[in-house]
Amino acid sequence: MLVLSEFLTLGAILFCISVAGIFINRKNVIILLMCIELMLLSVNMNFISFSHFLGDIGGQVFVFFILTVAAAEAAIGLAILVVLFRSRNTINVADLDSMKG
Amino acid sequence: MFEQIVFYSFAAMLVFSASMVVSMRNPVHAALFLILAFFTSAALWLLLQAEFLAIVLVLVYVGAVMVLFLFVVMMLDINVTVIREGFARHLPVGIGVAIMMLLSMGLIVGSKQFQLVQPEDLNKFDPQFSNTQELGLALYTDYLYPFEIAGAILLVAIIAAISLTMRKPRTHKTPKPEKQVSVRSQDRVRIVKMESEK
Repeated sequence: MLVLSEFLTLGAILFCISVAGIFINRKNVIILLMCIELMLLSVNMNFISFSHFLGDIGGQVFVFFILTVAAAEAAIGLAILVVLFRSRNTINVADLDSMKG
Repeated sequence: MFEQIVFYSFAAMLVFSASMVVSMRNPVHAALFLILAFFTSAALWLLLQAEFLAIVLVLVYVGAVMVLFLFVVMMLDINVTVIREGFARHLPVGIGVAIMMLLSMGLIVGSKQFQLVQPEDLNKFDPQFSNTQELGLALYTDYLYPFEIAGAILLVAIIAAISLTMRKPRTHKTPKPEKQVSVRSQDRVRIVKMESEK
C-alpha cells in the first residue's frame, strides 16, 4: 500500500537534485532553465499526490496553472536566450557582465 | 503490491534521469533525459489517477516545450568546454547543499502526519467516471477568473516570444523613435531675418 510520504519524498529528491544542478551548472543558461523545469515538476508531483490522498480536485487545478505559467516562462526564457546569443555570441553566464552587476 | 512495483521502478527511473539532466556534458543529451523524466512522471501521475494532467504533461511538455528546448540547443553553437569549467569546483558545494536540504525535507515529509494511506473508497467511481470532467467542472466554475488570467498570460508569452526573436527587413516607412525623441527645436525651425518689401 502506497502512502503519501513516499510521493512527497520523491518530490523532495527531485527538488534537491535540481537545486544541486543549479549550483554545479552555473555557467550554462540552458541547463539552468532545465533545472527550473525539474523543480516545477517536483512541486507538481507534491500537488497531485496531495490532491489524490486528500480527495480534493483543487490541487490538480493548481497543477494546470503551474504548467501554463511554466510553458510561458520557458518560451520567453528561450526567446531571450536566442536574442542574447545573436548579440553577444555566447551564453556563458560569466560573460554577461555588461551591466556590472 | 503491483502499485508498489510500478511506483518504485518509475521513481528510480525518474531520479536517474533527473541526475543525468544535471550532470550531462552535452545539453542535447540533457534535454533528452529531461524528456524521459517527463514521461516517467506522467506515468506516476497516472498511478495517482490524474489522467488528464498526465496526458497534458506528455502533449504540452514533451510535444511543445521540449521540442522548443531541443530546437534552441541545436541552433545555438555552444562551446561545451568553456561552459563546463568550474563543474568539478562547484560539485561538492552543490551536493552538500542538496543533501542538507534533502535531510531537512525528509524529516518533515517522513513524519507521522504524512503517513496517509490511499483512500479506501477508490472503487466508488463507476467506469464512466472522468477525471477530465471533474477538472473541467472545477476549472470553469470556481477557478474561472484564474483560468482567464492564464489565457492572458499565454497570449503575452506568445507576443513577447515573437517580438523578441522576429527579424524582418524594413519594407515600409516608419518614423524612428530614437531620432524623434532626440530632435531639437533649432534643428526644425529656421528663423530668417529679411527686409520687408516696400
